[in-house]
Amino acid sequence: MKRIALLGMPNTGKSTLFNRISGASARVGNWPGITVDLLSAKILLGGHIVELIDLPGIYDLHGFSEDEQVVRHFLTHNPVDLLVVLLNSTQIDRQLSLLLQLKKLGFPIVLALNMADEAKRAGITINTESLSTALALPVIQISAKYGDGLPKVLQAATEIINQQQAKTNPQSIALLLQEENEIEHEMQALVQRHVQIPATLNDDTTDKIDKLLLHKWLGLPLFFGAMFILFQLIFTVGAPIQEGLAWILDLFRAQLLDPLFAGTPHWLSGLMLDGIYNGVATVAAFVPIIILFFLVMSMVEDSGYLSRAAFLMDAIMAKMGLDGRSFVMMLMGFGCNVPAIMGTRIMRSRAIRLLTMLVIPLSLCSARLQVFIFIIAALFAPKHAALALFALYVMSFFTMFLTAVLFQNQYKNTEPFILELPPYRFPTFRQIVLRGSHEVKHFLNRASKFIILGVMLVWFLSNFPSTAAPASLDTYAGKIGLFFAPLLDPIGINHELAIALIFGFVAKEIVVGALAVIYGLQGDALMAQMASQIDWVQAMSFMLFTLIYTPCLSTIATIRNESKSTAFMWLSIAWSLALAWIVSFVFYQSARYLGF
Amino acid sequence: MQFLSQLKAGQRAIISAIEADEFLFHRLSALGFRVGRPLSIMRQANFGGPIQVRLGTTDVILRASEAQRIHINAI
Repeated sequence: MKRIALLGMPNTGKSTLFNRISGASARVGNWPGITVDLLSAKILLGGHIVELIDLPGIYDLHGFSEDEQVVRHFLTHNPVDLLVVLLNSTQIDRQLSLLLQLKKLGFPIVLALNMADEAKRAGITINTESLSTALALPVIQISAKYGDGLPKVLQAATEIINQQQAKTNPQSIALLLQEENEIEHEMQALVQRHVQIPATLNDDTTDKIDKLLLHKWLGLPLFFGAMFILFQLIFTVGAPIQEGLAWILDLFRAQLLDPLFAGTPHWLSGLMLDGIYNGVATVAAFVPIIILFFLVMSMVEDSGYLSRAAFLMDAIMAKMGLDGRSFVMMLMGFGCNVPAIMGTRIMRSRAIRLLTMLVIPLSLCSARLQVFIFIIAALFAPKHAALALFALYVMSFFTMFLTAVLFQNQYKNTEPFILELPPYRFPTFRQIVLRGSHEVKHFLNRASKFIILGVMLVWFLSNFPSTAAPASLDTYAGKIGLFFAPLLDPIGINHELAIALIFGFVAKEIVVGALAVIYGLQGDALMAQMASQIDWVQAMSFMLFTLIYTPCLSTIATIRNESKSTAFMWLSIAWSLALAWIVSFVFYQSARYLGF
Repeated sequence: MQFLSQLKAGQRAIISAIEADEFLFHRLSALGFRVGRPLSIMRQANFGGPIQVRLGTTDVILRASEAQRIHINAI
């Protein structure tokens, strides 16, 4: 007696098809070695009595679910003449894998594509003729529900059965299956023999820490608390070092450089001392804070806590069209926006990638941090300093969330969110030093490239034409400031600050250097001079603008490269400029209105 | 039929099937989601956030929408 087995993935309408073919003649069969009952029916096909067996639906021949074991056992112990493989047309892209697995084992096959009507409605068209040629087996579209295409299936089955002399050889199929399974089995055997894995991981430490840090209600407050303490630590430890270094660099100039350049022409000493030295020294004083910052960042990154942050924040991020990974990238952006934007490569869907890229430039990077530390030190009382900086971090998050919410409909996210949670690792001292020094090198390389050129240009603009008094309205810088005055006056930014803002477009490291050059001062003298010219409301407005508008040329170039879209790059620039102006305007005008 | 998304924290189960497109399927299998493997639910984040699943030595977090694609038998 000939034997045909019906095989397919679950929920493809296999039982419907079986019932349609077998009529009422189905009975529960008893098969060697199989404890589960299989339905079988005897039908008349091309003059033969043929036994039709309904095998359970499976996803994968190599799986270990009960159904998959049953099918595997059946095929390796019972010879068959033909397999009728039933796939769901609407999911053919995924389900073909099962067919190919079976084909590789050498089974004679008729492929029936069910739910042809549904596929048609979904706009899926399958060229059965060319698919049939490519697979070298009959392919027929059917509707098991309505019986369409059924006669064709039976006809194709009859033809194959009549040609086919021998049944399949279960032993050779078992052998082939085994070969395919070999890698998986070998892996399992190796692990079983040489590796001991407890049923539940007994890494108690990670579990204990997670119990607290991933706590339903305490997790998020603890995370933000930890971040606040870390930034506070950087500030309290770093600020005195920065002040000390600035003082030393000032002393170096007064004691050594001023006498050295005393005999040189006025323009040369101006360029070298008021220009390059003042500018570079002011920026250089911040290097210790940056080093400290990156050391702490790399410790947090390597510890495994960032993936936990993704876990805690995902539900909130999902409401903004982002996911937990976007949040991690935003946090990375607090170090430097450029690697954070490149980090979005782990995302596959373009929509969520673009949305994340639009958001990252708003995170308060270390370059902006030095501008804020500098200005806060100059214009805020020490007891208000921490609060002012904290407000800027809050503002950074706020603008990121606002941007995501406003643009989430443009960039609809369909990306699945799956992430591995590594065990907590305490980074070794060597790791911290390596990571830290790498970041610092990157920063210095970036800074030195732009700063020297930048401060020279600022010096030129604010000292020429030579007839004008330095930094006055008659200089080129003054004229540029006047030109932008209608735009910048309403947000309280005077023409000195305007020049710094324009150069900050290239890199934020230039901003403090530019201020030093524009005022022709350095260290405490510079801070005192600024405090006499602008008040804290203007300073805050300036910092808000600096926080929100385009971070630097490198970030723009990275956005262009990663998005491969010039239009998207311009969108990012235009949006951040507009948002920066609006936020500064609202802050400045309402502060003034309230009488500050 | 039960889905991974229906399990509560502390429950254990065996994966019976994975229903996902090719990308998700490969990602899942790379992280250890294979048919027949046991797993346990560690916790779920607040506000309907992701669930944390432990497979052997690997901890994975995934959203409920992805967990819905994983069929399981609770044990």
